[in-house]
Amino acid sequence: MEFFERFAIPHPSIAIYASMVAAGLTLIAVLAGLTYFKKWGYLWREWITTVDHKRIGIMYLISALLMLFRGGVDAIMMRAQLAVPDNKLLDSQHYNEIFTTHGVVMILFMAMPFIIFFMNFVIPLQIGARDVAFPRLNALSFWLFFMGAMLFNISFMVGGSPDAGWTSYFPLADTDSVGTNYYMIAIQIAGIGTLMTGINFMTTILKMRAPGMTLMKMPMFTWSAFIANVIIVFAFPVLTVALAFGTMDQLFGTQFFTLDNGGMAMLWANLFWVWGHPEVYILILPAFGIYSEIISTFSKRNLYGYKSMVASMVLISVLSFVVWAHHFFTMGQGAMANSIFSITTMAIAVPTGVKIFNWILTLWKGKIEFTTPMLYSILFIPLFTLGGVTGVMLAMSAADYQYHNTMFLVAHFHNVIIPGVVFAMLAGLTYYWPKMFGFMLNERIGKWTAWLLSIGFLLAFMPMYVTGLDGQARRMYTYSESTGFGPMNMVSFVGAAIMAIGFVLIVYNIYYSVRYASRDISADPWDARTLEWATHTPVPHYNFAITPEVASSEAYWDYKKKNHELYKGDYEKIHMPNNSGIPFVMSCIFFGWGFSLIFSLWIPAIITTIGIFVCMTLRSFEKDHGHYVSVKEIEDTESELRGA
Amino acid sequence: MKLKLALFAVMMFGLTVLTGCEPLTVLDPKGPMAERLASDIMLTMLMMAGIVIAVFAMLLFMLVKYRASNQPADYEPPHIEGNPWVEGILVGIPIIIVAILSVVSVQSNYIVESAPTGYEDKEPLVVYASSSDWKWHFSYPEEGIETVNYLYVPTDRPLEFRLYSHGPITSFWIPQLGGQKYAMNAHVTTLHLAADVEGEYMGRNANFSGEGFAENKFDVTAMSQEEFDEWVDEVKDTADPLTEKKFEELLEPGHLGRMTFTGTHLEFSPAPEHHEKGDKYKDGHEDKKKHDNHSASKKESSEKEHMNHNE
Ligand code: HEM
Ligand SMILES: [Cu+2]
Ligand SMILES: [Cu+2]
Repeated sequence: MEFFERFAIPHPSIAIYASMVAAGLTLIAVLAGLTYFKKWGYLWREWITTVDHKRIGIMYLISALLMLFRGGVDAIMMRAQLAVPDNKLLDSQHYNEIFTTHGVVMILFMAMPFIIFFMNFVIPLQIGARDVAFPRLNALSFWLFFMGAMLFNISFMVGGSPDAGWTSYFPLADTDSVGTNYYMIAIQIAGIGTLMTGINFMTTILKMRAPGMTLMKMPMFTWSAFIANVIIVFAFPVLTVALAFGTMDQLFGTQFFTLDNGGMAMLWANLFWVWGHPEVYILILPAFGIYSEIISTFSKRNLYGYKSMVASMVLISVLSFVVWAHHFFTMGQGAMANSIFSITTMAIAVPTGVKIFNWILTLWKGKIEFTTPMLYSILFIPLFTLGGVTGVMLAMSAADYQYHNTMFLVAHFHNVIIPGVVFAMLAGLTYYWPKMFGFMLNERIGKWTAWLLSIGFLLAFMPMYVTGLDGQARRMYTYSESTGFGPMNMVSFVGAAIMAIGFVLIVYNIYYSVRYASRDISADPWDARTLEWATHTPVPHYNFAITPEVASSEAYWDYKKKNHELYKGDYEKIHMPNNSGIPFVMSCIFFGWGFSLIFSLWIPAIITTIGIFVCMTLRSFEKDHGHYVSVKEIEDTESELRGA
Repeated sequence: MKLKLALFAVMMFGLTVLTGCEPLTVLDPKGPMAERLASDIMLTMLMMAGIVIAVFAMLLFMLVKYRASNQPADYEPPHIEGNPWVEGILVGIPIIIVAILSVVSVQSNYIVESAPTGYEDKEPLVVYASSSDWKWHFSYPEEGIETVNYLYVPTDRPLEFRLYSHGPITSFWIPQLGGQKYAMNAHVTTLHLAADVEGEYMGRNANFSGEGFAENKFDVTAMSQEEFDEWVDEVKDTADPLTEKKFEELLEPGHLGRMTFTGTHLEFSPAPEHHEKGDKYKDGHEDKKKHDNHSASKKESSEKEHMNHNE
């Protein structure tokens, strides 16, 4: 292809020009605003160079919310296209790009960072630590994720989006289009960030717990996040390797997944799902952890069956690695292999069932308060159960010959991922909002949102079970009237529109609450049970002036109710890491590196590769031992926060 | 068995009423394979409905009984660690359910992977079904004919489909006759089906294969053996022969209507089968990305793939 042709907009349409203009205007507005209000310095000092886990968490949160809307717009466009038979709103190629980017953005650039936001913001507070084990690595993780996401997001304007589905099955993906290059490289960059997050949090949880917090006294969210991070550490290297093979096929003519010369298309499918199936547990386990915290807080009771909760998660994490072939029962691997994967898959239903019953039994003899986070958690139980049982149906490998590749499957995985992960994110967001920003989100709007999302969800996805059983394949950009899929798809569109209103209400709620919510709240507005609520709000950058000592899994509750002493001893100077610009700069270079590779610009690729190594070398020779917070400063901060 | 059938009928009826008038395609089987799958689906639906109802009921009970507004202000919920008996039951019941379903699942796996039950004594009709961007080619080697985008099959006789693809991975699916299976580039997968009832059925590629995917479908007509034989004779009398050049043209990406030929492409472009001699299999993928060392022996590569492939 000609040099400039490669960068052209691949499928020019009004929608794409409009979104380009919108993106450009937003960018200009942000830059102008920063300049006008003289915030560049503030932004650089307080956010871009920060190594504070709380701020990094909030940056993950903002990115995730932005991506939620990007993926949501894609979803609405797809549902609009399918709402009536023979619709001409989108053409085939455009639809293919949209469902591909929708899948990638939602899983990798929305749900993952949202979960990592919780890990960043909550875990150090929940285990009584001052920061994560490797604060600067944490900043690098975030910026790599962010640059990977941005790189992926410009694909529809520069050169063309991937169009082979979020699974990007070869040999379909193996084409001259730059879309597959975007897929391979953008996900690679973000994935490296995620892998480092996994290592970081595993270490943090193992090494930095407050004195007295044995493993079996860890709060449930920390447990769930710990297991998720172990899964990350085992699963993400597989993705790294698969993407590296794919990249080499695309750029250097190797033949790992091609049709010729020994390439094995199904090798990609296997590698993808060896990572991909555990990936969904990386998302759902921390979500389970969040529900555990919320349900126990608002039942005013300890979590029922703590030990079986932990055991079930450990079991799930092991099983999640031995079920991947259920994603291609239909590839002709034989009755024996299918039977094995069918049984291991169904086995996961047992520990999952244990968890559901434990949550229900946590309500037992409790004193249930229907706050917004609790409302999400309660709606989660029946909705997720529906998704779980359809999962068991899909696990029947012979029957899956009829469900595979149909809307039934699409209904199922949205049915677990929306009530399971998205609702947990929104519940957790509402729950931790006061800890982050010092005011509550409006409860009334919050409950409206929860109900709208639930009703919209049911309308949007239940019809897909029906059309799936009626033979509607997934990823079809249109269908004819004679199929009879029309009415159900219309219902589905209405549901998606109701969900869209729900998501817009979240933004409205934030706006409304920023303006009107009372700032006069305590640091523990929900009367919660775990350590993160024992800190002040806003949380000082060192988290705890005195490291707490823990004697039970509900340290803060027992401090409030049983007079357990949390803080023994006096203020001492605190060692904290220094801010650094290197993670950001290095990630920017990574962005350039990725972009150069995507378009086979070899000279910039070499320069940026050198740049990355220079950053690493600089860091190795840097003498930066952090700084101390003096006792005086701690005393001042603490008395000010207490007075407030 | 009677009970199961009765339940099956009730559920079918329920679903039918629920969704308008016609039964859902997958639950309206017209052959033994699809019947087995439909009854598996109904069985799991029933069992799962039981679980869902149990969970809903427990949840509702807790929410009503233990809501804060239903309790004295000074009520302090107790600390309960758990109970081995309760937890034992809550683990035990799911284990039993999963065990039952596992048995059914394994049985069904062997059933769908072997010749249809009830037809063991009959010689199967072998059809090679291969996909290209975005068409289906059906070769009837014994009859010596080939069709594009439509399929005629006799009823009351086992059908043995040999599936492969000239391009991306596709999935061959005729929901009313049975479940789908992948058609891949480097080797042949086998799918056993049978039709009990004469009629027209929808068939399609179920696995996303790019731009023309939505229209990547074919019509299936099941007819009596006599009619089928007549049709074969008629094709032989009237249709043009399939030449190598013509076949190359057909492989070009795009859509085509129904087409009929005498002879099959297997003669000059054999399916990538395991022990095929003189395999000069063409992958029809030339229009896709070209690699420098493209010309190395195709046969060797497709064999190598096979050795690494868990069949
Ligand atoms: C908010 C409402 C949502 C709607 C209306 C929606 C709708 C859709 C639709 C219509 C498809 C394409 C189905 C097809 O033709 O194959 C799809 C695919 C998908 N969705 Fe969503 N979705 C939503 C939310 C989500 C969320 C929250 C996630 C994940 C966290 C997600 C993950 C996916 C994935 C992974 C795919 C598969 C993409 C592919 O086939 O490559 N979706 N969704
Ligand atoms: Cu899976
Ligand atoms: Cu094979």
